[in-house]
Amino acid sequence: MIARRGEGRVALLFLLPAGFGFVLFYAWPALQTFYLSFTDYSLLATPNWVGARNYAEAMSDRKFWNALLVTGEYVLINISVQTAVALLIAVLMHRLTKSSVVRGALLLPYLIANVVVALVWYTMLDAQLGIVNAALTWFGIDPVAFFGETSTAIPTIALVNVWRHMGYTALLIFAGLQAIPKSVYEAAAIDGASEIRVFRTVTMPLLRPVLAMVLVLTVIGSFQIFDTVAVTTKGGPVDATRVIYFYIYEKAFQQFDFGYAAALCVVLFLILVGVALAQLRLLRAGSSDLD
Amino acid sequence: MTLARSGEPPWWQRVRWQRAAGWVVLGLLVLITLFPFYWMLRISLSDNRALAANAGSMLPADLTLGAFERVLGLSSLSEARAQGGSGASIDFWRYLVNSVVTSAVITAGQVLFSAMAAYAFARLRWRGREAVFFVFLTALMIPPIFTALPNFVLMRDLNLLNTYAAIILPFFFMTPFAVFFLRQFMLGISREVEEAARIDGAGHLRTFFRIILPMSRAPLMTLTLLAYITAWNEYFWPLLVGQGENVRVLTVALGVFRSQTPQGSPDWAGLMAATLLAALPVIALFVAFGRRIVDSIQFSGIK
Repeated sequence: MIARRGEGRVALLFLLPAGFGFVLFYAWPALQTFYLSFTDYSLLATPNWVGARNYAEAMSDRKFWNALLVTGEYVLINISVQTAVALLIAVLMHRLTKSSVVRGALLLPYLIANVVVALVWYTMLDAQLGIVNAALTWFGIDPVAFFGETSTAIPTIALVNVWRHMGYTALLIFAGLQAIPKSVYEAAAIDGASEIRVFRTVTMPLLRPVLAMVLVLTVIGSFQIFDTVAVTTKGGPVDATRVIYFYIYEKAFQQFDFGYAAALCVVLFLILVGVALAQLRLLRAGSSDLD
Repeated sequence: MTLARSGEPPWWQRVRWQRAAGWVVLGLLVLITLFPFYWMLRISLSDNRALAANAGSMLPADLTLGAFERVLGLSSLSEARAQGGSGASIDFWRYLVNSVVTSAVITAGQVLFSAMAAYAFARLRWRGREAVFFVFLTALMIPPIFTALPNFVLMRDLNLLNTYAAIILPFFFMTPFAVFFLRQFMLGISREVEEAARIDGAGHLRTFFRIILPMSRAPLMTLTLLAYITAWNEYFWPLLVGQGENVRVLTVALGVFRSQTPQGSPDWAGLMAATLLAALPVIALFVAFGRRIVDSIQFSGIK
C-alpha cells in the first residue's frame, strides 16, 4: 500500500465543484431559511428580526391548520391505497412472473412528469368529456366533478398519484421479496399452505423491514405534494386542496411573505423528521424477523 | 416456487386456479397503468369539436393532426381557433428546446461533478471523509421548498431570474442521490487496478478519467438517464425562476397552457398533444433503456 499520508489535498480538488454546489444551494440556504423564519421579510427591504412571531402567527392561522389537515388527509389516502396496491402487485409478480416487460410497464408512470400525469387524469376525469364519467354513465351513475367538489378533490388527487407511484413502490417491495430465501416458500408449498396463508405467515413478517423503509420514503414524498395541485385545482375548491406545500408557495411567491413562509418551511421540516422517526420506531425498521 | 413434484392433486388444482386469478388481477393493473397513455394519444389526435359527441368512443374523434400543428405553431391562428384552440399563438418548439437544453446541461454537470465527489468519498483516503459524506447525505432529508426561498433570493440578487442559468445552477453541481449512487459503485472497484496505474506514474486526474470513469460506465449511464429524466420532469424550481416565455420549460408551459381556457372550454386536444410531446422523450428513453432503469431502482431503493 502506497498510502501517502492522507490524500486530503487531492480529495479537496475532486470535491470542489460538488462541495461548492452543496454549500451554495443546499447548506447555506437551509440555514438561511431558519434565520428568515425569525424575520419579517417581503423581498423588497432587508429582513427584520421579529423573534418567534411568525411561529405564533402560524399557531393561530386557520388556513395553516387547514393546510395541515388537508395534507394529512391526502397522505393517509395516498399512502394506504398505494401501499396496499403496490404490495398486491409485488406479491403477484413474485409468484407469477419475472418478466421485465411487466415490470417496465408498471414503472412507466413514475418516469413521467407529475404535471403530465396530472393533466392526463384531469382530462380523463373531466365532468363533461372525461372517459371515466362516460364509463360511470354506462353504469347509470351520475357524472362526478372529481376535481371540482370539496369532498372528492383530495381523494382524486391522492388516487392520481397512487397511479403514478404504485409501480415504483411495487418494484421496491418486489426487491425485498426477492431477498426472502426460496426454501421458505418451498417448505410452505410442501406443507400445502394456501397462497393467502403463505402471504400472512411467511411473506408479511419477513418483508417488514423493507416495507418499513418503503413507507418512510413514500410518506416523506407524499407530504410534499405540490405539482398535481398546482396544475389542477390550485388549492380549490374553497380550501379543499390547499396542501401545506402549496400554501407555503402562495405565501412566499404570491404574497411575498418570505419570513412567514420560511417559518412554515421549518414546521414542515420538523413534522417530516418527526413522522420519519416515529415510523422507524413503530415499524422496528432496524430489526429483521429473518433468523 | 411451485414444486409440482410433492403436491397432492387437490392442492395443485387450487393453486392453478389461484394463479389464473392472479394473472387476471395483474393484467388488469397493467391495463390501468397503460390506458392513460393511450388516452393521451386518442385525445391528441381528435378534433375538439367532435369530442363532446364521442366522449365514450375508444377511437380518436375526427382523426386529425390539427392539435399537434396548433401547439407547435404550424397552423394559422384562424385555423387553430376553428378547431377549438386558443387565440394566443403557442410555440411548444421553443419550450421543447428550453427543456432539452436545460436538462442536458444539468445532466452533464451533475454526473461529472458527482462522479468526482464520489471518487473522493470512495477511493481517496483523508481525515473526516465519513463525516463529510454524512453531511452530504443529510441534504437528502431536506424538502426542496426548504432551500427554494433563499435560492430564489440569490437568483434575484444575481439578476439571473428568467435565465437558463437560474433553472440550471441548483442542480448543476451535484445531487446527494447522485453522489451516493456513484459512491456505492466505486467502493466496489478493486484497488489493484488503481495501484497498478499509480505505479505506472499516473496521477489522480489520470486515474480518475482513464480508469475509474471507464470502469463505472454502467452506473454512469444509468445515472445519466435518471438525471436527465428528473431534470426534464422538474416543475417547482423552473416555475419559480423561469416563467419568462424565452426560458419557459415544457412542464411550466403545460401549466400555463392548462390555465388558458379559450372559448369557455379548454383545448383538450391541444393540451393532450402538448402533454404527449412532453412525455414522448421520456417514453423513448424508457423503451431504449428500460431494463437499466428498472434495475437501478431496485438497486438504489433498498441498498
